[in-house]
Amino acid sequence: MLELAPLVDCSNVVIEIGGIAARVAAADPAFLQMLENRYAGFISSRTDVDFDFHVDLGEPGMADPDADVSVANCMGCWSVERGDFRAEWEPETSRGRIRQSPNPYAIDAVLRILHSMLLAKRGGFLLHAASAIRNGKAFLFAGVSGAGKTTMAGLAPADASLLTDEISYVRKHAHGYSACGTPFTGELEQLGENISAPIAALYLLAKGSANRIDPVPAAEAARALLSNILFFAKDQEMIGALLHSACEFVGRIPVSRLTFVPDSRVWGLIG
Amino acid sequence: MSDKLYVARSSQIAARRLDDEMMIMSAVDSTLFTLNETATFIWEAADGSTSLEDIVTHKICSRFEVVESEALQDAEEMVRQLAGHGILLLSDEPLAAANPSRQVTP
Repeated sequence: MLELAPLVDCSNVVIEIGGIAARVAAADPAFLQMLENRYAGFISSRTDVDFDFHVDLGEPGMADPDADVSVANCMGCWSVERGDFRAEWEPETSRGRIRQSPNPYAIDAVLRILHSMLLAKRGGFLLHAASAIRNGKAFLFAGVSGAGKTTMAGLAPADASLLTDEISYVRKHAHGYSACGTPFTGELEQLGENISAPIAALYLLAKGSANRIDPVPAAEAARALLSNILFFAKDQEMIGALLHSACEFVGRIPVSRLTFVPDSRVWGLIG
Repeated sequence: MSDKLYVARSSQIAARRLDDEMMIMSAVDSTLFTLNETATFIWEAADGSTSLEDIVTHKICSRFEVVESEALQDAEEMVRQLAGHGILLLSDEPLAAANPSRQVTP
């Protein structure tokens, strides 16, 4: 069991993304104010939170401050480490603690990993994709760095609401999938709008000399989807859930390749 | 080439058939493999108790116009590659079957 410090002496903020609320408690008001600024639009007044974190500010004491993120599960407790933080949480109690330096990037990484795990158990995922809502429907634009996610987001017309230019939040429902806005930003450094809509299509981005949309066969679509899903845990149960989710998604949502010229005309094909 | 090579699916994987392909993810390193139709027949028959030769004879040669010796050679090469990635287990004796609960069916 984790030894968690009592939360009574700490103030807190609640960060709600995709309907999942995480309460972050810390003794330093300046740190909490930084979080309120960083996650503006995603700060919630909910008291029935899904997860509780206590943050201890200070150097995490890692041997290698430049180390990549590592995720491990020991006796049901998740342990996540990177050069600038060390975090542990128990899914059973929905509580955890983070030891980190006072920067916004550490807790951002923790939230991405936490949400990716929570979504995996619910048939959803975080996806390397820009996404936007147009005419009440959400459209996802997936691709590796340089594929055009930020370009597509930046070219979005005025009647489109940007959910993210970097990390799309996909939730599964009984009758389909929805995309939710996230504060996880890419090059635009613009927080998404905290709204959601049913997903109408996933586009795999490719830059070309003309705008066109081509359907993608299911197996190829699943491979492309899996290569763009954020996934951190080398855990058999999670791997099984991830594969299942990807196959279910491509069975329900049209997946196409969007070849585009990087100007605003491409949005004439969307929505 | 051994004619008594037994193959079994690793329990450290998740697998799902989509169209004519088998998609397999390793729980060790999250690597994704996709098997073509022929390899999928071998994968599905890899129960640990049926020899590779029998699998090729009954699952491959009965469906495709192939020379049995060549098919067996190709199959052995394929299963050794997959074994190298840890998603198949090989033995010259029958193996215990993989945990079927990890097979995700459509």
